[in-house]
Amino acid sequence: MQPIVQVEHLQKSYEDLKAVDDVSFEVYSGEIFGMVGPNGAGKTTTIEIIEGLRKADSGSARVLGMDPTQSREELAERVGVQLQQSALPPRLRVVEALELFGSFYRQQADGKELLKRLGLEDKLNAPYAKLSGGQQQRLFICMALLNKPELVFFDELTTGLDPQARRSMWGLVQEIRQGGATIFLTTHFMEEAERLCDRVLILDHGKVVALDTPEALVGGLGVEKRLVFTLPEEQALPSLDGLPAVSRVERSGSRVIVYGQGRRFASSVVVALEDEGVDLVDLRTEQANLEDVFLKLTGREMRE
Amino acid sequence: MNAIKTLTIIDFKLFLREPIGTFFTLAFPIILVLLFGSIYGNEPTDLFGGYGTMDISMPGYTALILTTVGLMNIPITMCSYREMGVLRRLKVTPLKPMSFISGDLITNLGMTLLGMSFVVLLGWLLYRVRFEGQVIPLILGVIYSSLAMFSIGYLIASLAPTARVANVVGLVLLYPMVFLSGAGMPLEILPESMQNISKFLPLTYVVRLLRGLWFGLPASELWPSILVLGVILLICGLLSARLFRWE
Repeated sequence: MQPIVQVEHLQKSYEDLKAVDDVSFEVYSGEIFGMVGPNGAGKTTTIEIIEGLRKADSGSARVLGMDPTQSREELAERVGVQLQQSALPPRLRVVEALELFGSFYRQQADGKELLKRLGLEDKLNAPYAKLSGGQQQRLFICMALLNKPELVFFDELTTGLDPQARRSMWGLVQEIRQGGATIFLTTHFMEEAERLCDRVLILDHGKVVALDTPEALVGGLGVEKRLVFTLPEEQALPSLDGLPAVSRVERSGSRVIVYGQGRRFASSVVVALEDEGVDLVDLRTEQANLEDVFLKLTGREMRE
Repeated sequence: MNAIKTLTIIDFKLFLREPIGTFFTLAFPIILVLLFGSIYGNEPTDLFGGYGTMDISMPGYTALILTTVGLMNIPITMCSYREMGVLRRLKVTPLKPMSFISGDLITNLGMTLLGMSFVVLLGWLLYRVRFEGQVIPLILGVIYSSLAMFSIGYLIASLAPTARVANVVGLVLLYPMVFLSGAGMPLEILPESMQNISKFLPLTYVVRLLRGLWFGLPASELWPSILVLGVILLICGLLSARLFRWE
């Protein structure tokens, strides 16, 4: 696969704060690449250096083989950008925004079709200032796709969207990728990164903590899975010591949590308990997720 | 080219949707004509060399319009666009800064000429104001003066950190000029000491140039004003282009 974004030893400080601290990675053509981390981790600074909005103190970023600050205009023709912070003139209408921004590009997508896809078709004549936060966000996503970009940057793609709109946005992102574009997004929703991204870069305090597929991140770090069920307090729990996949068992009141790992963890526990005649009530498994990975790698919760 | 055209059309619409800007460019000068016209009328007086107050106010009000647009509309709009994040959204498109400024410039120039034509039309309808120059040189003079005054506005826009600061700077420059340059009221009615201060105000040269063109003075008598405005345009234009920032 071809690297479409190449970042090497990127550094950027604001006064004493190292916002981006020696960050290196590559984004390959055709993938959905996600950069995750808590607020203030340096995601926006990093993506805005790559977009050409900010200058790095040192290190290099190349997009489609070009320097983003030196080839701003050429790159802007081929790249789509949704910024975390931007605005339009308050009295500019939705349809005018598409007409105006469309006129800047050599290549143009059907703006009205995009609006329809994003559920804004009845807002054509609404002034920007009268749109809700979620509608403004969707308009900016439309605008990012106006030039049929080869590479799209989404900075906090679904912030301000309700859960339903968020899911629909994930579908849209997958469609865009199917159309041949590469996606680079940042998010602080770990679930979003896990569901959507082919590869995830975890950023914390400006440093790369991990970079891999979500499955490899969750599976590779020995983060434990959990099996939870209800067992009346008076009933004894058979020993699970014989099962290699099980690491420990916690019991508080009628709730039992079995910790362990490996692909056959859950099924081996269930089989062993059924053999002992234990009635498994309210059984569920809790898969480790990227939040657990973050906790394990940094010792902190994603949401402080 | 398509970008500049679309940008200009949309800028015009946005200008007209902005009540304050529209008021000062189109409505306020009309109010001045009605107000001062009803007070002073347009009887010829010796003070103005045989012309009436309204005759002599036409180029002055035009100067007033282009100065308000240049020192208020341009820097405030530009700074608030920067403050809100409109400009940073434009920065990630292929739009060139010069194309962006061109659209803005054409719009503001157009609005200035529109404001001027309203004033002159009204002055002619109500007071039969006398115009003794030629139309083309007058319009060229208005455009030239506008470019000089707008360049000061773009420089303020490049330097001011916020729209609020731009607003204050614009007002501080605008007010003394309106009263001391002969734009708002004829210089002839001011004491001599005040008339001396006027020599340091750019607007004075705009008023001299436009009044000269209005009454058909030969170019030989106008070149000092043309020169002063040219220097302002050159310095402020170059500086503002150099200092332009999207963020």
